[in-house]
Amino acid sequence: MTRIDAKFEELKAAGKKAFVAYVMAGDPDEATSLELIKGLPGAGVDIIELGVPFTDPMADGPTIQLAGQRALEAGMTLQKTLDMAKAFRETDDTTPIVLMGYYNPIYSRGVDKFLVDAKEAGIDGLIVVDLPPEEDEELCLPAQAAGLNFIRLATPTTDDKRLPKVLTNTSGFVYYVSITGITGAAAAQATDVGPEVARIKAKTDLPVIVGFGIRTPEAARDIAAVADGAVVGTAIVGQVAEGKPVAEILEFVSGLAAGAHSA
Amino acid sequence: MANDLFNSFMTGPDEKGRFGDYGGRFVSETLMPLILELEAEYEKAKTDASFWEEMEYLWKHYVGRPSPMYHAERLSERLGGAKIYFKRDELNHTGAHKINNVLGQIILARRMGKTRIIAETGAGQHGVATATVCAKFGLKCVVYMGAHDVRRQAPNVFRMRLLGAEVIPVTSGRGTLKDAMNDALRDWVTNVRDTFYCIGTVAGPHPYPAMVRDFQSIIGKEAKEQLAEMEGRLPDTIIAAIGGGSNAMGLFFPFLDDKSVRIIGVEAGGKGVNEKMEHCASLTGGRPGVLHGNRTYLLQDEDGQILEGFSISAGLDYPGIGPEHSWLHDTGRAEYVSITDSEALEAFQLCCETEGIIPALEPCHALAHVMKIAPELPADHIICMNMCGRGDKDIFTVARYLGFDMSDTEIGRDAD
Repeated sequence: MTRIDAKFEELKAAGKKAFVAYVMAGDPDEATSLELIKGLPGAGVDIIELGVPFTDPMADGPTIQLAGQRALEAGMTLQKTLDMAKAFRETDDTTPIVLMGYYNPIYSRGVDKFLVDAKEAGIDGLIVVDLPPEEDEELCLPAQAAGLNFIRLATPTTDDKRLPKVLTNTSGFVYYVSITGITGAAAAQATDVGPEVARIKAKTDLPVIVGFGIRTPEAARDIAAVADGAVVGTAIVGQVAEGKPVAEILEFVSGLAAGAHSA
Repeated sequence: MANDLFNSFMTGPDEKGRFGDYGGRFVSETLMPLILELEAEYEKAKTDASFWEEMEYLWKHYVGRPSPMYHAERLSERLGGAKIYFKRDELNHTGAHKINNVLGQIILARRMGKTRIIAETGAGQHGVATATVCAKFGLKCVVYMGAHDVRRQAPNVFRMRLLGAEVIPVTSGRGTLKDAMNDALRDWVTNVRDTFYCIGTVAGPHPYPAMVRDFQSIIGKEAKEQLAEMEGRLPDTIIAAIGGGSNAMGLFFPFLDDKSVRIIGVEAGGKGVNEKMEHCASLTGGRPGVLHGNRTYLLQDEDGQILEGFSISAGLDYPGIGPEHSWLHDTGRAEYVSITDSEALEAFQLCCETEGIIPALEPCHALAHVMKIAPELPADHIICMNMCGRGDKDIFTVARYLGFDMSDTEIGRDAD
């Protein structure tokens, strides 16, 4: 059982929906970023999605692209991202951390070496945007064997015929992408998302968490109400971009978490 | 290589879209169903006679194929060695090989009922070809072009706009071809229902590398037939420039199993292949990685972050290369070399002077390598080089490098 599985059991027992926050590792710099992620659990975040910066984030909108650029310019690397997770683990051994990013930095490091290092750093799961089920042998299967969850994205284009393929070898939770598009674009609509989540839940026992297009406490509440939880990324990263102090960003995150938890 | 030659080099990719370890389908889940649908439609079209009839009609009457095979006599004489032929794909409608592929993809898009075409472009040749074919068929066309390229290729931007396309300058990253491809993918992932992504080179997720190669293979197929007729035999060496590698793959593919034919791909060496990475030579200066849907050789740092290439030629300014080239490189079936900006410029001038042909900067890289090897080869050695584009679009860039002041012209002021 990973920390992710444990967290969902805990939430289920408490009758609560999950609130997942995405932040870019190293944005705007290592120290600020570490301070921010250390404050997330206290702000009500159940699971941290830690973005690994990449030069060519093809599924991301401008806000997260720019966050990655800021992090890279400040010298962020995959190694430093893992170091950051390790530093976080010194004071928190229960909040799950999911690394989210693209395959090339992992491939470049070497999958086997990466998995050993990620596990050791206290990473619990991986979301790798450019690895569909067709490429499971690359990272998904080795990651599961190494005891890490591999969290797959399901999207509005994943039809019923394809859904079983997407759910096979998925663990931890299913991340439902609420819109066709990039992060931070169109707003997610609970009326669209509800039936899609139900469609997925009919085929799996895993929790279904919804992300993309959720920006406000109200939206987090409405989406969480029709799913097992909600993810907010761009709206939080946008606060970092504005140069707001960590305390203020955490206050904003608290509001979002309260929204999701009120569902 | 000797052992590999018992097997055909023309059977790839496999069912996973791989050429050896290269290629594949590294895309987000949103795009995956679209790519599978495209693959199924392409497989159907490939064996449908009516699809190829339409292609052949348009190749002949709209593009002007077959393109000539031309004996570059004065150039051969000047270099004093091998007999040099140009496969003249620069004489195609729109001035480059790009339209060969665009026609195929747009006919496919029409069969699939797609009404909106998106494309990325570097030098603008693929964008112009896409805008052209979209105009011909009355389809909406959106072209993503790096903001830096929009400046240095102003004439092509104007052409695309005349043809009714919307040109979107891409400002993310350094604003070159790689970034334009990212934004095209972002568009596609957003507009999945009505949009067809017309990729301009033999890269991207499967089936693009194979499909674009198949459409471009008309170049090599014609070259083989023309040389058989003119010389009664195969060429000894075939050579082409490589950015993503579509004109090269088109020339090479029909010759892959002709083991007597030496195959050379020429990458853009920019200011020289060095650790400063001021070049675009993915094979000579990069290592395997995953970008834009495929595994291939890439320019990247030790953390797997993609580096920006550097080349005088916007059409070669891409940090990757088609996966089939990576495989041909590893198996040794094709050789890959690099040529610097200044060598390409020298070739540009020589071609103008000796043959009365103003070549694009892209094939000048191939020509510069011909200049290196031809003098050492015997007179009966036949080299066939793909003259894949004409140089009208490049005269402003070349003028600037040669110190010729064109700033008095309207267009000169817009060109970077």
